[in-house]
Amino acid sequence: MIEIDRITRLYNGVPAVDAVTMTVETGTVTVIVGTSGSGKTTLLRMINRLEEPSSGEVRINGESTLTIKPHILRRRIGYAIQGHGLFPHHTVARNIGAVPELLNWSADKISARVDELLRLFSMEPATFRNRYPGELSGGQQQRVGVARALASRPDLLLMDEPFGALDPVIRTRAQDDLRRIQKQLGSTIILVTHDMEEAIRLADRVAVMDSGQLVQHGTPAEIITRPATEFVADMVGRVERPLRLLSLVPVSELVEEGVAEGEALPVDASLRDALSVCLWTGRAAVPVEQDGVLVGRVTFEAIRARARAHP
Amino acid sequence: MRIGTFLRPALTLLLLALVLRPVWFTPFFAPFAPAGGPVIYERASLLSLSISHLGLVAAASAAATLVAVTLAILVTRPAGAAFLPLSRTITNMGQTFPPVAVLALAVPALGFGAGPTLVALFLYGLLPIFENAIVALSTLPPATMEAARGIGLNRWQQLLRVELPLALPVTLTGIRLSVVIALGTATLGSTVAARTLGEVIIAGLLTNNTAFVLQGGLIVGLFAVLIYDALVQLEARLVRRTGG
Repeated sequence: MIEIDRITRLYNGVPAVDAVTMTVETGTVTVIVGTSGSGKTTLLRMINRLEEPSSGEVRINGESTLTIKPHILRRRIGYAIQGHGLFPHHTVARNIGAVPELLNWSADKISARVDELLRLFSMEPATFRNRYPGELSGGQQQRVGVARALASRPDLLLMDEPFGALDPVIRTRAQDDLRRIQKQLGSTIILVTHDMEEAIRLADRVAVMDSGQLVQHGTPAEIITRPATEFVADMVGRVERPLRLLSLVPVSELVEEGVAEGEALPVDASLRDALSVCLWTGRAAVPVEQDGVLVGRVTFEAIRARARAHP
Repeated sequence: MRIGTFLRPALTLLLLALVLRPVWFTPFFAPFAPAGGPVIYERASLLSLSISHLGLVAAASAAATLVAVTLAILVTRPAGAAFLPLSRTITNMGQTFPPVAVLALAVPALGFGAGPTLVALFLYGLLPIFENAIVALSTLPPATMEAARGIGLNRWQQLLRVELPLALPVTLTGIRLSVVIALGTATLGSTVAARTLGEVIIAGLLTNNTAFVLQGGLIVGLFAVLIYDALVQLEARLVRRTGG
């Protein structure tokens, strides 16, 4: 559990982060969203003490980060940033193994871990281990950057706009990969972004920052349906609100008996995907399948009712 | 590149022949020698002069590299930034002071021989290395430096594992300039009795023997060209490795 306790950072007397208190449960993804200058990156950087708080403290599993030397603390916390920040003069393997090397793991253990991570990110170890970052595509560099952050199985992974430099198609894939890997490893992640879409896709909890203050901290559904301030409502976007809400609900929730025409959607697709198919094909229902077997359908009416059924 | 594959070994062979078997070149140098005078310099072995010449250059350049890079590292740390203008002034003075003047001033203090030459070459070599090292260390990719801190490298580790390796190619350019300047300038050392290839040139000038001047000049020139070329290749290799 990560406890952020009344943490404040002043620049020339002006607070960039103003008495933010927030708790992050182990094994969850918290996404901090805000506009530029909202203090979201400063808040993130105070967790691994790349910025020193002016007051307040952060506790990881009850232990204050102020009691640990900063560089030792950072070896326990994974860190991935926009533009990956890989070491251009080291191979992929050496980049990923950087933190284990600092922690004096044995060479065999490091190399086994590197291969494991490369496979996790669908990169063939034999092909990629000895390449230099300059020889990789943007998406591959970014995956190596995240793999490096995960290498020592850190208590916590901090990510600062990790997908900001990727084009939209690769970004969506990278987000799916991250979610899959997070579920598989049970990692605790705090991620900063300015993109509400990304926040809703990835987060168990969304934290919205505005002018240095934490204005709302809740599940994506809460943020969408009960925005605490005008600013949060603007961040979510009034027009996108129903679609964002539907994107959180899997079709499995509304599957009913019956048949429908057309190509089937998997049960873990979202209602937004189902709605999109209905609108595009002009049909009133979409068939749903699980592992290749038809399990029923989801109707346009049901989707409409679900979108209205917010508190 | 293509031309280099032939020229490089050819020039190396020419240089070796000039240093090891100078007598072979008697017919070539004879027209430049005064009537009845010696054609080939024989007062000292050219090999031992070359070794001493290169040794002086290597020692002075190594010392200049050590001092200039250390200074550059210090003034690119947050705590040392205030000393940047001062260090610039010092290294600039080293460069503007003519080596001949340094030699003249150093002789009373250090006596005749290699000492004054080393001092002059050292001072003259500082500036290019210092300036290049500063540029290299202050233009490192920001995301890489942020990541280096963020994953838990301490200051030393950041410097040794990330900053210096990434700054190496540009710093090496400075060292190359400095070495080439020193190779030529070292000839002046013979005016204060340092053993360098300048001895051959000066002997030629004193006795109006153009053959000696050519012989000495040719050897120094070939050393400079070949060493310059080798360092360029080394830089290119380093840049390729760091993904440029």
